[in-house]
Amino acid sequence: MDNAVSLLTIAFSAFLIQNIVLTQFLGLCSFFGVGNKEDSAIGMGLAVTFVITLSSIITYALYIFVLEPFDLKFLSTISFILIVSGLVQFVEMVIKKYSPNLYDNLGVYLPLITTNCAVLGVALINVENIKPEQSIGMNIIMMIVFSFFTASGYAFVIYLFSLIREQIGKSPIHHGLKGVPIALITAFIMAMAFNGFIGMF
Amino acid sequence: MSKYMADLYRGIVKENPTFVLFLGLCPTLALTNNLGNAVGMGICVVVVLAITNTIISMIRNVIPDDIRIPVFITVIASVVTVIAMMMEAYLPVLFDSLGIYLPLVVVNCIILGRAESFASQNGLMDSFVDGIASGLGFLLGLSTLGFARELIGTGAVDMLGFRLIDPKLAPSIFVQSSGAFLMFGLIAWITNTIKNNKEKAAKALAKEEKKRKALAAMALKKEREAKKAEEKPGVADRTKKQNKSKQGDENNG
Repeated sequence: MDNAVSLLTIAFSAFLIQNIVLTQFLGLCSFFGVGNKEDSAIGMGLAVTFVITLSSIITYALYIFVLEPFDLKFLSTISFILIVSGLVQFVEMVIKKYSPNLYDNLGVYLPLITTNCAVLGVALINVENIKPEQSIGMNIIMMIVFSFFTASGYAFVIYLFSLIREQIGKSPIHHGLKGVPIALITAFIMAMAFNGFIGMF
Repeated sequence: MSKYMADLYRGIVKENPTFVLFLGLCPTLALTNNLGNAVGMGICVVVVLAITNTIISMIRNVIPDDIRIPVFITVIASVVTVIAMMMEAYLPVLFDSLGIYLPLVVVNCIILGRAESFASQNGLMDSFVDGIASGLGFLLGLSTLGFARELIGTGAVDMLGFRLIDPKLAPSIFVQSSGAFLMFGLIAWITNTIKNNKEKAAKALAKEEKKRKALAAMALKKEREAKKAEEKPGVADRTKKQNKSKQGDENNG
């Protein structure tokens, strides 16, 4: 029971309160680059959710079974980024082979994910969050819940953001605000709204 | 030498990574709540960018084209790891305050972008200067933002040691995470307006130049036509005479 409550807390906190884009500032390049059309925002959101969940499981396993026992923690950045870029290539090939339809929708966004700081960021945060007092199994479950809901938080926010930006595109604004500046101010208002979730737990 | 100065100007002002290209936004927003962090991160990026650009330029002829991105990433990740370890040893306070954003320099779009678009095609010295220039542009962007946020949000700049506003009156939203978006948005608005106005002025100047050239060309054309018209009657007379004499010959024959 206690564990279930803590898992729920982790999920909510990752999804809304500690939202990866609006409070941790990770994955902003793709957020501003891709988040101006609804379709591309959905595609990017799904692709990122998939890659983050998968890559965090693999990097976590690598860390607790290889890097930590052999005292190679200083290699974590290099090995994680190589795993992420290899995984992205691999996922791209698999999707291309088995589901050309999905590839048409997601294919463009997959190479961009390698340099998305959210993926490496979640992998590094996971490793920092290891709680030695709990069992490995519990740690892994917590990690998976955290990664999945963090990534869904990214997808959710980029989707909302794209809807707002499509409306902004239609309205007349000062020429200096067009493009990124108005997007930044929109993100400011969204971040203020998400600040309202603080104190829910 | 002037070529390097032009490179520096391009990297710092004309193609400023923060305010013109909007690259590397994660540290730009996350680490600018005070000037100290911003400058620390900026200098770190300058050093990393200079080293990676130099290394990649050195090995650019050896790397197969298909796997160049993984190679670049490996080089960048190694350099960042070394820098992070040195920082942990000699500047532990800064290391702690940069936190997770220090290893995330690996996926900073500026570094991979310069490696891909410049260092993989240019010589050693050029790439080194380009790395320094882009890094300084990033440092300038970060420190501007950090200075403005700390000054307005807390009323004082710790690093420079002066106070402007009473801390009770300072709007603390600017040092909180959501204020980063607002401050950056406002500064980007100003720089964007300046850039647009400059482009407009340049366009207007070019248009005027075009008009003047067109007018001059027209005047020249008119002059030429006038000259031709003066010459033409003479030519026409001669041809007529020739035709007439030809006709006369034929008639005679």
